[in-house]
Amino acid sequence: MKKNVVLSLLSSQGVLIALAMLILFGWLRYDNFLGLFNISTVLRYNSMFALVALGMCFVIMTGGIDLSVGAAAALGSVVAAILSPYGDPHNGTGMLIGALGGIAAGLCVGLLNALIIVRLKILPFIATLATMLAARGAALALANDQSLSVSYDSGFTDLGQGDVTILGLAIPIPAAISAVLYIAGSIILNYTSTGRNVLSIGGNEDASRLMGLPVNRVKFLAYIACGGLSGLAGVVLASQFGAGQPIEGVGWELFAIASVVVGGTLLTGGVGSVGATLAGVMLLGLIFNVLNFENGLGYIALSAYWQSVIRGFFLLAVVILQSQLAGRAERAEAS
Amino acid sequence: MSEAQLQSPIVGARRIETTALFARYATLIALVALIIFNVAHPHNFLTWQTLSVNLTQVATIVIVGVGMTLVIATGGIDLSVGSLMAISGAICARIILGKVVNLGEIHFAVAVGMIAGVGIAGAFGWFNGWMITRFKIQPIIATLVLFIAGRGLAQVLTNGDLQPLKIPEFQWIGLGRIGALPGGFPGVPVQVIIMVALVAAAAYALRRSLFGRQILAIGGNERAARLAGVPVAQVKRWVYCISGLCAGVAGLVVIAINSSSDANLVGLDMELDAIAAVAVGGTLLSGGRATVTGTLLGALIIQLVRYTLLANGIPDDYAKIVKAGLIVAAVWLQGQGRS
Repeated sequence: MKKNVVLSLLSSQGVLIALAMLILFGWLRYDNFLGLFNISTVLRYNSMFALVALGMCFVIMTGGIDLSVGAAAALGSVVAAILSPYGDPHNGTGMLIGALGGIAAGLCVGLLNALIIVRLKILPFIATLATMLAARGAALALANDQSLSVSYDSGFTDLGQGDVTILGLAIPIPAAISAVLYIAGSIILNYTSTGRNVLSIGGNEDASRLMGLPVNRVKFLAYIACGGLSGLAGVVLASQFGAGQPIEGVGWELFAIASVVVGGTLLTGGVGSVGATLAGVMLLGLIFNVLNFENGLGYIALSAYWQSVIRGFFLLAVVILQSQLAGRAERAEAS
Repeated sequence: MSEAQLQSPIVGARRIETTALFARYATLIALVALIIFNVAHPHNFLTWQTLSVNLTQVATIVIVGVGMTLVIATGGIDLSVGSLMAISGAICARIILGKVVNLGEIHFAVAVGMIAGVGIAGAFGWFNGWMITRFKIQPIIATLVLFIAGRGLAQVLTNGDLQPLKIPEFQWIGLGRIGALPGGFPGVPVQVIIMVALVAAAAYALRRSLFGRQILAIGGNERAARLAGVPVAQVKRWVYCISGLCAGVAGLVVIAINSSSDANLVGLDMELDAIAAVAVGGTLLSGGRATVTGTLLGALIIQLVRYTLLANGIPDDYAKIVKAGLIVAAVWLQGQGRS
């Protein structure tokens, strides 16, 4: 009995425990690991992935998948860069115009995904594979195959590089935006009928349809939201690095899927958590950070290439653990 | 009841049949249409040179696509093929260059390098299958592990450096030609022969062999297959192993063509190209129905569309968008044919 409690705690809070242990390890081992500069850098950089993973989380909970997020982000970054010279730096419209343009580009990709998947009834995997190619092509064509510098006069770059002061703490703007959206996502998932429908559809689409739930509308919303969030991630990318980058975002979709899975969301849909997804993003992001600190100590010299190896095996460990726990739960239910 | 009403169901039935027929041969029709279009436009299409360029460019996609078709036939997917190509290329290059052990005689070193590269890629493929069957992990997640870690391993092995590899004895598999005639016929590229041999072997196995029937049975209904006594886990492990082996061969061809092994670039995006070829070729993505020759046709269509657009002055960026439309249209049409 006691063992079962430990196991269920591990399976539901596993990612949080792993994250806490990694942070504890870093805090004990390295100076400045929990320094303001490091925290702010990690949050600023990983907020792009957090935004993409939030959308991916909702899509996966409906039982689908979205491979076009990286390309949608690239398209968003290019559109934002094109629109960045417009607007006034003094009243914030400089940020707003670029951001709205990038988000709109992402929404278009999401809408296309939704139309192909819901109306043409094509598997999400193959539909979003196609839109991934199309969005990448559109981004490259718009940017003439090169990165597009953003304007530094309109205040657009503040969006990615600036801070907001909340309770005396300087928080990077992209991290603040992500935090707000994650809270909103969590509320939508847990306290609105749309959120409950997302889980219901992922659990059993046919049954949900027979119960009269608005299956198509919810799926539409999930893919469109995922596209819009990817576009926003592209906006952050452009403003943080000062350029719209049509070839960026390669492999983001798989990083986002990995974060969602590490967070305990089932890829078959029906079960998921927004907060655990955020913890998954932070966990995979911090692995890179810890690697940098470890190299800084000078005992070892692991190249940056090791980070993908470590991330891969981390993912492996988590999914094997999850499958073992799921197997135990099934046996416990059966007996 | 009027005559028109009596007849209407029959007319309707005939129309559905025509759609089904069209959907069934859509890939073939599209390919023929593309070829006719290209012949009609004066870009020296019907020269051995053009044909040869198109075939060599498509060969690696088809080689990987053969393994991918078998994997998808079981209802799975393999995202790790591109990374396995990089691993195979990195290992083979290091052995041939004598960076692991000095093997002396070059032919011996080339043989050991090729076997080791392909063999290790196959072993990683087996590992994919093992994870999927032993731990019941979904294929997309299980192969995602090696998609992420595999390229990292290849980069770690080579420290991310480009390894120049100018060894004619090895590069034969990417640059050599067989059957040159004195009349000016330059011969068939070696990788095209590898491609055709693999397609023929897999098509035969899928149709005629016990293994092939077991693959399709698993893809059609895994539970029923298990109850009917099909060794599901064993078949699946072999299928992922074959996919790894195919990726390993494709990795060797790519480094032979490039005269170098670059772990950062070999096989990049290959999983997407291979899946697209399989989908356009008419293999059911949920498993149970597969065609290897269809995958060959699918890859040829995608390649020919790209060639046609480029030959007519349309930039590659737009070719990507057209390719996307093509994939959606092909899969949609196949869905129409079934329902």
